[in-house]
Amino acid sequence: MDRSWLPATRSRAPLPRFALWLLPWVLLLAWGGYAAGLCLVRGLNQTNMDNRFVFGLWIFLDLAIIALGAGAFVSGVLVYLLKRDEVKDVIGTAVVVGFACYSGAIGALMVDVGQPLRAWFTFWHPNPHSMLAEITFCLTCYLAVLAIEYVPLVLRHRRARSASPLLAFQFELHHLMIVLAAVGAFLSFFHQGSLGGLFGVLRGRPFAFREGFAVWPTTFFLFVLSAVATGPAFLILITRTASALTGKRLVRQGTVDFLGRLSAWLLIAYAGVKSLDTLVWLNRTTPASGFHPYQFYSQPPFGGWILLTEIVLLALVPGLILLGKARRRSTPWLLTGAALACAGVTLNRFVLTIQTLALPTLPVDRLLLYVPSWQEVATFAAIVAYGVILYSLSYRYLPLFPHEEEAAAAPPVRVSGAGPRPPQETRHAA
Amino acid sequence: MSTAAASNSRYGMAIDLDRCTGCGACMVACAVENNVPVPPPEAGERKGITLLRVYRAENGRPFPEAETAHLPIGCQHCGEEPPCVTVCPQNAVEVDPETGIVGQIPARCLGCRYCMAACPYHARYFNWWDPAWPAGMEQALNPDIAPRMRGVVEKCNFCHGRLQAAKAKAAAEGRSELKPDEYVPACVEACPARAIRFGDLADSSSEVARLAREPRAFRLLARLGTEPSVVYLSDRDWVRRLGDAAGPALGESHG
Repeated sequence: MDRSWLPATRSRAPLPRFALWLLPWVLLLAWGGYAAGLCLVRGLNQTNMDNRFVFGLWIFLDLAIIALGAGAFVSGVLVYLLKRDEVKDVIGTAVVVGFACYSGAIGALMVDVGQPLRAWFTFWHPNPHSMLAEITFCLTCYLAVLAIEYVPLVLRHRRARSASPLLAFQFELHHLMIVLAAVGAFLSFFHQGSLGGLFGVLRGRPFAFREGFAVWPTTFFLFVLSAVATGPAFLILITRTASALTGKRLVRQGTVDFLGRLSAWLLIAYAGVKSLDTLVWLNRTTPASGFHPYQFYSQPPFGGWILLTEIVLLALVPGLILLGKARRRSTPWLLTGAALACAGVTLNRFVLTIQTLALPTLPVDRLLLYVPSWQEVATFAAIVAYGVILYSLSYRYLPLFPHEEEAAAAPPVRVSGAGPRPPQETRHAA
Repeated sequence: MSTAAASNSRYGMAIDLDRCTGCGACMVACAVENNVPVPPPEAGERKGITLLRVYRAENGRPFPEAETAHLPIGCQHCGEEPPCVTVCPQNAVEVDPETGIVGQIPARCLGCRYCMAACPYHARYFNWWDPAWPAGMEQALNPDIAPRMRGVVEKCNFCHGRLQAAKAKAAAEGRSELKPDEYVPACVEACPARAIRFGDLADSSSEVARLAREPRAFRLLARLGTEPSVVYLSDRDWVRRLGDAAGPALGESHG
């Protein structure tokens, strides 16, 4: 039915099957849209946040998906500035995933503020000392960059290519990509860092507060490093999932190798720097503020195990897994390493947001716990559904993977545990 | 005591914890003065608005050594880079240089609640619901104070309406300075034990400045370096240690 809209040289699932795949996600989106509507119309009393737990599920997961979406600017830098051509295999996915992550996060933020119609006030009365003002500016600008980077993908659609003015526009846009990649890298560096600084600057929250360089706490740099380390791992996870669903080899092994190796070294570096930062925080920063670090880890369920899990199990271990070539070429090991890395950055964002707010600062106060309401869960589920739908539509109608058909024609190559599958129409989901 | 509002005053409080009985009159007076709406039943303890909140602390000793202290805690009007001021993305929190009072501008507040996360004293509150009062109670509202809308943050501002009224009265009488005790917040006035004293900390001859210099005076979380304008007083060592003994609660709170 939509054959004339599909990429000419690539096979796609029949439209009814594709519609069936989209159906649950559309229902999830509708459910979340209803929940978000309740929050907007009736107010944030629909959530289980309160005067102590002023941020909840949304902020924690916003921080996590923005970190996971860092693959967009990392791959942009690698392709356009460092000329790593093999990364072109995933640049399309990176842009779509990045756009979905950032637009989804901004959508959740709009529901998360008490007066969303005043969002523009930050541009009109900006406080240059506020990390949140910096985040607002950088996120908005970078979303615009991602939207522009998305345009060439859309222009590669077969219908668009038949219009010569659009072809010329695409050609001109291609020259702009280097500039966009550089601007994107600059903006991403600052907003990833500012998200880390968001809690790192809070001297009233000794659990989160960190010393730093100039106006930036160390969490600023740790967030940048962890996002850059995890972004490529998330791209591996996404593209391998897409491969499993479509039954096609979408990304060349060399690209996976490169991304895995990059992620591995950065994760190991992150584990080292994070350990150093933690030692300084334990021995100098926290005692100077009148607190004993033991207080932060003596109130169940928050114990020292979280710190160990974050640094060792979810940073060092995935780094070591992805470092070995044989393990990168084994699908179970590759996916385990990438998944652990993504879980690590998610746990880090959880600790910095939820654990920080749960811990009391006043001696007469107590530890508080929080369970999100169904409206919060549904709203976030809608963001995930939106991402899946956007990526599915992009995969179906746009040439996201330059080597897709080449892989389909290539003979299967045996690698330990993970050989590329021949194209099977029956396996196509999107 | 001179409280000159036009010459770099720093208004502050001295709260004598050995006098405070925890009766809660200050909380009620604060709510009435500032038109704090009545929360719906589902608000619970964690979503209501108590610009001044009385916490209870216990020394953890068995009878007969068991002791209790009540700590009225509101905005501490930090004197050294208040954490909530620097974080607000759109300058909706500001320090009045003439009075040292940390103020909130509800009409500019986005409701992002970053200032609430930044405040170590948990002294800022979000309007989770539209302001509403039981039938008849709206007739008792303070006409000088605008209720805050749903979705914005609010906090103690040392009864800003009273400061404006005192300034207007002084101006009408041709004075540029306020008389001592001409301006006091509602909680100070309501305390039956006279546990809360208010005045200009910058005026070394004021009662509140004198109390702040006493050996039994302490500030909450002083080592964070926020330089609060609210000083607590107690002769009891374990109570004074509360100022710096963060961590597992020594008592429990109510509000």
